[in-house]
Amino acid sequence: MGIEQKLGNLGFITTTLEQAVNWARKRSMWPLASGLACCAIEMMSTQCADYDMSRFGMEIMRPSPRQSDLLIVAGRVTRKMAPVLRRLYDQMPDPKYVIAMGDCCSCGGIFNNYAIVPGVDEVMPVDVYIAGCPPRPEALLHGIMTLHDKVMNTKLDRWA
Amino acid sequence: MYGPELDVGKSNLSHLFSERALTGETMILNMGPQHPSTHGVLRIVLELDGEEIITCIPDIGFLHSGIEKNMEAKRYEQALVMTDRMDYLNNLGNNLAFCLALEKLVGLDVPPRAQVVRVLLAELQRISSHLVWLGTHANDLAAMSMLLYCFRERELILDIFELVSGQRMMTSYFRPGGLWRDLPPEFEDTVRAFLKIFPGRVDEYEGLLTHNPLYVERTKGIGAISAEDALNLGLTGPPLRAAGVPLDLRKMRPYSGYETYDFDVPVDDRGDTYARYIVRIEEMRQSVRIVEQALDKLPDGPFRSSNRKFVPPPRSELGRSMEAVIHHFKLWTEGFKAPKGSVYMPVESPRGILGCFMEGDGTAKPLRVHFRTPSFANLQALPAMSEGHLVADMVAIISSLDPVLGDVDR
Amino acid sequence: MKPIEEGIKHLREQAGNYVRKETTFLDSPAFEIAAEGIVEVCRNLNEGPGKFDFLAALTAVDYFPDRPRFKVVYELLNSSQPDLLRLEVLLDESEELDSISAVFPNANWHEREVWDMFGIPFRNHSDLRRILMPQDWVGHPLRKDYPLGYEEVQFSFNFDEIDRRKRYAKE
Repeated sequence: MGIEQKLGNLGFITTTLEQAVNWARKRSMWPLASGLACCAIEMMSTQCADYDMSRFGMEIMRPSPRQSDLLIVAGRVTRKMAPVLRRLYDQMPDPKYVIAMGDCCSCGGIFNNYAIVPGVDEVMPVDVYIAGCPPRPEALLHGIMTLHDKVMNTKLDRWA
Repeated sequence: MYGPELDVGKSNLSHLFSERALTGETMILNMGPQHPSTHGVLRIVLELDGEEIITCIPDIGFLHSGIEKNMEAKRYEQALVMTDRMDYLNNLGNNLAFCLALEKLVGLDVPPRAQVVRVLLAELQRISSHLVWLGTHANDLAAMSMLLYCFRERELILDIFELVSGQRMMTSYFRPGGLWRDLPPEFEDTVRAFLKIFPGRVDEYEGLLTHNPLYVERTKGIGAISAEDALNLGLTGPPLRAAGVPLDLRKMRPYSGYETYDFDVPVDDRGDTYARYIVRIEEMRQSVRIVEQALDKLPDGPFRSSNRKFVPPPRSELGRSMEAVIHHFKLWTEGFKAPKGSVYMPVESPRGILGCFMEGDGTAKPLRVHFRTPSFANLQALPAMSEGHLVADMVAIISSLDPVLGDVDR
Repeated sequence: MKPIEEGIKHLREQAGNYVRKETTFLDSPAFEIAAEGIVEVCRNLNEGPGKFDFLAALTAVDYFPDRPRFKVVYELLNSSQPDLLRLEVLLDESEELDSISAVFPNANWHEREVWDMFGIPFRNHSDLRRILMPQDWVGHPLRKDYPLGYEEVQFSFNFDEIDRRKRYAKE
């Protein structure tokens, strides 16, 4: 049904604006290199040869928050570092997404003391939580794919 | 605001900068906690005259996790799990330091099989840590392909750790008295397959960097430090050996049977970044030698001490022996008690001397556990190494010191 | 005679008045030193025949209800001999200690850490400020009367209650 069957091989596809925009956003998300602790090493492993993250469009970790749209908080967030992370989050332009990778930034993890913020969701709103200490590279990829599903289902409610 | 204000006149840090900063003649630059090349959350405040570094002030503590205080609230075997997270590239090495200190404090024996396996896995961990170092060091100097090669080799080592303990990084495999469980049967073949290909790969890495004029230009003469300064400033590990002091605790105060292995300790005398690179590459080769010897002489026998006051019995014994059930119950509810007294046990981690100071007080929880971590002490030498160099050399110097911020801040 | 024994003999001869007690725990010698003589003793050991030229560790222990409250521990190493020597200084609540960074420059950051975590001030230190905690932190975390900062663990029986109390960031 629709115009596509009639057009044959002329090179048109029809879709909604939402799907097109979301598809573009999910396929070219640039992460910010904000690895804090041990989970950062697993994030680097995911970036490298065996569990390549570039096939998801995340070729390089951008060093500057102004040029990135995904903040992967990888590692434990201390009280000294929390204002810094908030500042990084504020500097990122919309639309921005946050993945809390690992146990320490999801819920405080193994640390339950004066120095660690129990969960980075006290500092910024989080889209996807990934459990594990540290999560395997496959777990991080699964988290990224979950974020992709979330992005695909987002309604466009702002002209941004 | 976190940390010192960058307006030098208003802050209380004016004693750290030179007088030219107060007039604005030199520039204060913040190399912040989020930086692609500071190897973690390290903040450095630089005073620059153009491109030349006048003063360099490291500001640490962004990863301070209160591990030492948290350990005082846990029993000894629970506290062991937290040691993996300190120097997260040398998990088994941290476990080893803690276990050796604990075994010395309570007087626990370790069977020979466990000692050989400990040496084997600690050396594999050293190789994996140096691989991460090499990959990130070369990546900072814009040779990004090295990162991909080194992490490819590291995956092989992480496969071995996963085979042995079920976890890639935070294994907690060394327990007081020996190991957590015995080695699986595929262990020997996997390690031998790794040992067959790895020396060729190290030759590949050397072929890419050692005589590469770009690399040599960026690292020769950069961050040089003399042997006496290095000792005074508390440097240990490869930076100290690259400055000419042959201090290696595996040879000087051997632990866990290191005196029975035949290996050399590479020493260079130039003390700069290039020398540290050469020393670490050679250390990787020597570690391969140690792993081979350990694999050849792996004895049979128990993998953990049979002192039931400290080591829980295997589950198969619980159905047959009443004492085993009582020991199991006491150990898992109360934990074993350590005597009053303190020990200090230094071991050689890939970064330097890792010392575990442990004080017991007669209860099941430690009174004080302190880790003398190598990266904390090595980072103190950063200002002395970097003054007079250009800003672009700062990255090379930091990465040659190999700080791991979990180790620095604990 | 081994260098460590020569070093100990030299210490007893030259600065023996500062040595309060000599103990051995598990084959390691440990000396309890009076607080005012720590720099003198360190200089003696550094320049004497023992040649203890490397400060391996500097830390402190808190024995809260007991007095003296703090014990500062110094571990010295001779960089070519496999011997460790320990010095201990017992301190009370607000006593000060001299900094040994004139003898061992790498004591600088270790003393800053002891000041940060325990609140033991060091005289003649070039830059005594907090190193691991933020600059405006109040309190000294590793003291025994400082709370751990334990947060209640969220199980399924108290899930909703903690969920309501927790300060989530809205945006």
